[in-house]
Amino acid sequence: MYLYNDFDEAFLRERVAQFSAQVARRIDGSLTEEEFKPLRLMNGLYLQLHAYMLRVAIPYGTLNSRQMRQLAMIAERWDKGYGHFTTRQNIQYNWPKLEDVPAMLEALADVGMHAIQTSGNTIRNVTADHFAGASADEVADPRPVAELIRQWSTDHPEFQFLPRKFKVAVTGSPNDRAVTAAHDIGLRILRREGEIGYQVLVGGGLGRTPMIGKVLSEFLPQEDLLPYLEAIVAVYNLLGRRDNKYKARIKITVHETGLDEIRRLVGEEFAARKPLFKGVDQEVLSKIEHSFDSPNYLSIKSDRFDKTYATNPAFRSFVDRNVDKHQREDYAIVSISLKKHGATPGDATAEQMRVMADLAEEFGHDELRISHEQNVILPHIPRAFLPDLYQRLRAADLATANIGLISDIIACPGMDYCALATARSIPVAQEIATHFEALKLEHDIGPLKIKISGCINACGHHHVGHIGILGLDRAGVENYQITLGGTGTEDAVIGERTGPGFAYDQIIPAIERIVKAYLALREGPEESFLDAYRRLGMAPFKHALYPDEAKRDAA
Amino acid sequence: MARSFTPKVVTANALLEGDVVYLSIDDRWVRDHAQAELLEDEAHATIRLLDASARSDEVVGVYLADARRGPNGPEPVHFREVFRTRGPSNYPHGKQEQV
Repeated sequence: MYLYNDFDEAFLRERVAQFSAQVARRIDGSLTEEEFKPLRLMNGLYLQLHAYMLRVAIPYGTLNSRQMRQLAMIAERWDKGYGHFTTRQNIQYNWPKLEDVPAMLEALADVGMHAIQTSGNTIRNVTADHFAGASADEVADPRPVAELIRQWSTDHPEFQFLPRKFKVAVTGSPNDRAVTAAHDIGLRILRREGEIGYQVLVGGGLGRTPMIGKVLSEFLPQEDLLPYLEAIVAVYNLLGRRDNKYKARIKITVHETGLDEIRRLVGEEFAARKPLFKGVDQEVLSKIEHSFDSPNYLSIKSDRFDKTYATNPAFRSFVDRNVDKHQREDYAIVSISLKKHGATPGDATAEQMRVMADLAEEFGHDELRISHEQNVILPHIPRAFLPDLYQRLRAADLATANIGLISDIIACPGMDYCALATARSIPVAQEIATHFEALKLEHDIGPLKIKISGCINACGHHHVGHIGILGLDRAGVENYQITLGGTGTEDAVIGERTGPGFAYDQIIPAIERIVKAYLALREGPEESFLDAYRRLGMAPFKHALYPDEAKRDAA
Repeated sequence: MARSFTPKVVTANALLEGDVVYLSIDDRWVRDHAQAELLEDEAHATIRLLDASARSDEVVGVYLADARRGPNGPEPVHFREVFRTRGPSNYPHGKQEQV
């Protein structure tokens, strides 16, 4: 993986020193909150409902064991012994004290990590496919490009005061696991006649006005990437609306200006900027690529996997649900679920972080990934090690076999933590998971992605959930709207709203009615919820969801 | 007819810990909602808010939150404010930890 060079290291230390002085000046009264707020936001420090929150970047979701152990140490020393992994492959600490934050940032810098550009109207942490460099379906590893964009965008002088935040995601696989279509810019690496290039999507995003990204360039040559990205962001920087926060994202700029006009403007800007890139970016990229070389794979002759798979049903269930196909036959990708039934989605205790770090080091070439679905991935595990790995995960209570099932829910922190939230998300996720576990229906239901947001900003990606839940404040009471049929993959679709929302104590029964309708109507277990919805449309689900209305209509 | 004024408390987050605080009648920042000053007069509430907002070396994000009279002191009205008196619902952290 990419290790910081002297430049990165010096830059980080300088930022920590600057921020330490800024915190000291805030505490001694020389800075007002108005002056301090933009400074703390530049360093990922928010003020939430009950406390400060520090958001730490995990670029393209990649970590080594040393970094994971440091995250555990920070959680124990300065927080309450846990961290929350987010849908943007970040980790958030929910209880830091203001005066401790400089020390936390120093500890992060010790392992080449930081909280820079995890907030504010800048280019945010670049996300990527969490199976990058490992998945069998990959055209190219998206992380070198993501790292190049990280270096280019960090402290980019032109792009520190954009109209609004700006998110970039990269996938190197035709099976889009990075939700690229819901980002300000989504990059999909393609190979055409041996040449690598990028399909560039622009103007995707969720939130108040959800939109699927539009194709700005079908096949951008590799060497044009940075000047082209710079051209897009420059056009947005000038055109993007600063008069209305809700219309400031590039998706609105693209929508209001029109895709063709945006393409023309970007083309002009690109022509002017391209000559300024003299190939240094490509030299940097090729250096970065070497830091993402495949690990030194082991060749292990063993029948342990096959034997255990044949004889241990719990192991079999774990493998069938949580293990994906690796580029190498004798390796596997293991997803560790942070969604044990009843647990807070995305939370890991310091102890769990250490166990995962140890396992990565012992079994998995020292690599870990954080997925946007709030789970942890061990991308390179020899199949022969899977039985031992499974036993160790079990012992640490980390072997829940529910990846992609109804309890593998994305949930934002919601009103349990977030100052912007209009309703809670976490308890809804907890109750859905435990409810269907108690009904013993989870495996029968099969693949079903539920995503919950506690406000219109949609951090929980509810628009692209097969079932999406949006928590709102309706006249001083929590109310939950449901959307159906969304998906965040390569054929991304925004879910459709079912109708009126449900009170907090009615949302679980409502979800149950939808799921039971699906079970009754599907053509067989092989027809997933999403497929059934696409075949049947909204009507039968609406009927199940609002039985009183259905009765009235029939009368 | 004058519109009726919903009583308020002045609330904010403490600068150092971020913990939720309320303004008491004797100008202290207290951690317990019931010890807050209940502001039943709109003009008075506005003045208290202005005074509190000036104390920016102690607190962050000062605002007026709806409240009502209760047997043990002011009580929050909106569910968001109820959560702020307690802490999150997934762990016994925050104010509920100290009780």
